[in-house]
Amino acid sequence: MRSIAALGQADIQALANRIDATFATLRAAGRTALIPYVTAGDPSPAVTPLLLHALVGAGADVLELGVPFSDPMADGPVIQRASERALAQGVGLRDVLTIVAAFRQRDSTTPIVLMGYANPIEAMGAEAFAERAKSAGVDGVIVVDYPPEEAREFAALLVERGLAPIFLLSPTTPTARMSLVADMARGYVYYVSLKGVTGAGHLDTAAVAARLAEIRRHVSLPVGVGFGIRDAASAQAIAAHADAVVIGSRIIEEIEGGPADEAPARAAAWLATIRAAMDEVAKRAA
Amino acid sequence: MQMADVPYALPDERGHFGPYGGVFVAETLIHALDELREQYARYRADPEFVAEFEYELKHYVGRPSPVYHASRWSERLGGAQLYFKREDLNHTGAHKINNCIGQALLARRMGKRRIIAETGAGQHGVAAATVAARFGMQCVVYMGSEDVSRQAQNVFRMKLLGAELVPVESGSKTLKDALNEAMRDWVTHVEDTFYIIGTVAGPHPYPMMVRDFQTVIGRECLTQMPEMIGRQPDAIIACVGGGSNAIGIFHPYIPYDRVRLIGVEAAGDGIATGRHAASLTAGRPGVLHGNRTYLLQDANGQITETHSVSAGLDYPGVGPEHAWLKDTGRAEYVTVTDDEALAAFHDCCRIEGIIPALESCHALAHAARLAVTLPRDKVLLVNLSGRGDKDMNTVAERAGLHFYCRPACDPSRR
Repeated sequence: MRSIAALGQADIQALANRIDATFATLRAAGRTALIPYVTAGDPSPAVTPLLLHALVGAGADVLELGVPFSDPMADGPVIQRASERALAQGVGLRDVLTIVAAFRQRDSTTPIVLMGYANPIEAMGAEAFAERAKSAGVDGVIVVDYPPEEAREFAALLVERGLAPIFLLSPTTPTARMSLVADMARGYVYYVSLKGVTGAGHLDTAAVAARLAEIRRHVSLPVGVGFGIRDAASAQAIAAHADAVVIGSRIIEEIEGGPADEAPARAAAWLATIRAAMDEVAKRAA
Repeated sequence: MQMADVPYALPDERGHFGPYGGVFVAETLIHALDELREQYARYRADPEFVAEFEYELKHYVGRPSPVYHASRWSERLGGAQLYFKREDLNHTGAHKINNCIGQALLARRMGKRRIIAETGAGQHGVAAATVAARFGMQCVVYMGSEDVSRQAQNVFRMKLLGAELVPVESGSKTLKDALNEAMRDWVTHVEDTFYIIGTVAGPHPYPMMVRDFQTVIGRECLTQMPEMIGRQPDAIIACVGGGSNAIGIFHPYIPYDRVRLIGVEAAGDGIATGRHAASLTAGRPGVLHGNRTYLLQDANGQITETHSVSAGLDYPGVGPEHAWLKDTGRAEYVTVTDDEALAAFHDCCRIEGIIPALESCHALAHAARLAVTLPRDKVLLVNLSGRGDKDMNTVAERAGLHFYCRPACDPSRR
């Protein structure tokens, strides 16, 4: 088997999924992916596509787009607030897909991963969701409360359509489950870097590095790390070990920290500093 | 008594009751739930654990709770005989303590010194705070800030018992949000913390474990009813919010297929108004709080706010085993409005000298409604799941200044 670094541009184009293509390109360039998370509909459904374009302009490689839910059990207060702002404007899963389709009119290459909870998907119907997500231009789906054991059928519906089911791994995941996740996951796996909710503040970089080494023994997909990364230093520290750095709560703090129409500019300006910090590490390594 | 042909042995290994139940949680909790499942499987079969549980139920809770023939009320109704399973006589005033004792004993064996709980009306919070004091554990109770102001007396009780009370300001600020917050606490402190869920919902093994601890209610009835009337009852009636008191009395009777099992949900202002908490009657299956079950939700799959005069029934989901019992037809589910429950409250106070919890009044109201349609030799066993001391404010507010008067002294009725 050829190493991914040896792939030519044509090979990369041939990869079916935008996520795989993106990670292949980045790996060839020795760079770590930067994945911002924002909640669809926050600050408003009209601003979200502009926000996504701005984040891409600031160096985002993949976009995680949150589907608002009334009961976001795994999220800390910042993402809960984002979800509540979106829900107050009536944003549901259908609207999220409309936002993705709007984004795709101007960007056909940046992968979009939806992240949310099971119930809105089940309310739409899993198969209908997979169909509509595919045609809207979604590339991957993270359902926080679908562990692999409960997601076999759903994952199959996604894979049949070339969409990536993305699963979480945690500091408490035993190695036997890593192999199960490796079997079912596509695109990348998402390592939850701490025991807690999104946006918490007790990230232990050394522990993350040790876990990533363990995960890589069982999982060949790229590994993204998220939960608790909130500045250039933590992004750099994680980027040294991970294939992708995921940042959510800290960006949402930028979004909610001023007028809604300037949210894309604020979020992009902040993300650009993270991109620069990560690229500095990559340059030093090269 | 006839037993059903097919033995009932649910849930399966992964916590499924047919399509319901399961483990729908973030990855961080999977390991904690696996550990809980293994430890519970070990101790439920351990005679020492079982003996300690039974000792606490007898000497601390005051079990067995009696079965009482509500003869005056039955006489007035002129139909079937009403019998009450007196869970209201338990220590702390409701069935909730049965489960809290069981989980606290398990927590202690698992070496967890900190327990957390969610509460709506405050009954489960009080029971959790009580067992934490009893076993010398730290206790944190999450309660929606709306409920904190509605249930001031229970808030004070929890504090007296040494628990830390955390008001939850997110979402609708009620029970479901308290549950979300307790889950967030658990995921953050998963190593030293035991989450005592108060009802037969949540991820596996909770619906099974809480049920097992509550089936003491039905098992006692299985021996008490033949002692009192020479046979088993014709129907068992219990209120259903999350459904723990109902499953506790239903479950041992599932094989007795001549015994009707009737769950009563809260219709609030009426099902047609949309202001209710009747998830089995008016909800659709979905995923919330770690399990698949019937949920009150909008077209987008957002969980909707619920309403009931009884805070303990004010929950948009229901235990997955009830979902399964409904679909299979083994249990029937009906509804009772706030007004009907309150009428039953007053009847029970005046006719039987028992002040029942508003939750239990839903079961009483349906029992009274059903009794008049049946002959006098039929027997309806109602789970009187709690006492109404906690509901004094609510009832007083609903009835104005005259709640303690008989209708005869109510000026508006003269």
